[in-house]
Amino acid sequence: MLAKRIIPCLDIKDGLLVKGIQFRNHQIMGDILEYAKFYSDAGADELVFYDITASTDQRIVNKQWISKIASHLDIPFCVAGGIRTLDDARVILNSGADKISINSPALENPRLITELAKEFGNQCVVIGIDSHENQNDYFVYQYTGNPSKMRPTLRRTQDWIREVQDLGAGEIVLNCMNHDGVKNGYDIKQLTLMRQITRVPLIASGGAGEITHFSAVFNVAQVEGALAASVFHTQSIQIQDLKKYLQTQNIRVRL
Amino acid sequence: MISIIDSGGANISSIQFALNRLGVSANLTSNPEIIVKSSHIILPGVGSAGSALQYLKNNALIEVIRSLTQPVLGICLGMQILFDFSEEDNTECLGIISGRINKIKSQDKQVIIPHMGWNTIENIENDFIMKGIDPQSYVYFIHSYAAPVGNYTTATTIYGSPLSAAVRYNNFYGTQFHPERSSVVGSNILKNFLEL
Repeated sequence: MLAKRIIPCLDIKDGLLVKGIQFRNHQIMGDILEYAKFYSDAGADELVFYDITASTDQRIVNKQWISKIASHLDIPFCVAGGIRTLDDARVILNSGADKISINSPALENPRLITELAKEFGNQCVVIGIDSHENQNDYFVYQYTGNPSKMRPTLRRTQDWIREVQDLGAGEIVLNCMNHDGVKNGYDIKQLTLMRQITRVPLIASGGAGEITHFSAVFNVAQVEGALAASVFHTQSIQIQDLKKYLQTQNIRVRL
Repeated sequence: MISIIDSGGANISSIQFALNRLGVSANLTSNPEIIVKSSHIILPGVGSAGSALQYLKNNALIEVIRSLTQPVLGICLGMQILFDFSEEDNTECLGIISGRINKIKSQDKQVIIPHMGWNTIENIENDFIMKGIDPQSYVYFIHSYAAPVGNYTTATTIYGSPLSAAVRYNNFYGTQFHPERSSVVGSNILKNFLEL
């Protein structure tokens, strides 16, 4: 049986691991490879490396660190940030990443999703969506890596999820912005709603603070994976402890 | 000498890195002369069946691969194209293993496609590359098409219904999962393959 995935997310800025609160005030946390190895050894199922500067600065992530990560890791990982063309994606996948995740560039040019899926297979095309609750509906935000460029779009999150699936997305990471970084739990209401219209794997992001938040998001929202950053980086939650707890809650995990 | 066939898809370097972690190096090549002289050959594949077959055709590798007698390991799409036919792009494949690759069935939307993540392998046959691998071990899958269970199956996994997780026909081995991304379990399978 397929296990639920625990996915630490490593935000990268200028080659260093950082974490901000609700996308702002980024603090430097340390060396990428060191953290990557730590998580892999701790039992993480997958890692996401997100270059938060790349998309807004219109430059692609440097591929050297990707090869370095790929040569040391024996679990899958995904790279996000500033991938705008097939060539950008090819460089990252050829460097050893298993998946690429696109967010703002997909909003600028939705056809990119189809081009990527045709070229590399939809299984390695992940669409990141930053979704914000406004007046009882959910809307997609763009350029969230940079507070001065961040802006709402006119797209409803539900419409965008349907569209990216039709265009060839193989997985969706839904970051619920109202919950991000505040550690009061995943946005179960929104994720449950979006799970019903999502036909591809759905990964929850934003809000993890305690181990019970993970059991809730798996049991109630029925997502395939849960992504978190600061609770893992600060070691307030150990992945092994988390997985043992989830197992006691009858959630299937890889131990 | 170990060769990884350059099948045109991305993501080949992760296999190279996995072999490096086992202390061996491998050529990434589409040169038939190097391939036939290799002791072990890995056929990777990320992309689609159609594009992979086209790439092999363009590089005159179809007959070369069919006639190999040394251990060959197809990984993921590389395993699928060992079969006769794939529903993906309606592709005539290498025809080394008789059978058909089908799209994973999504019954009542209960089975989400792609099958992505860590799943357990079971019904492991007494096959050398599975030596020391415990039933219910987790390995990493990422695919939308699959081989049904047949007499070529050496391990199964359940995703909606049972699927082939590993296959074998003579010297041709295949894993639907990615050993290069399956932590210690995957590394042991690669090690077993290299010891063939």
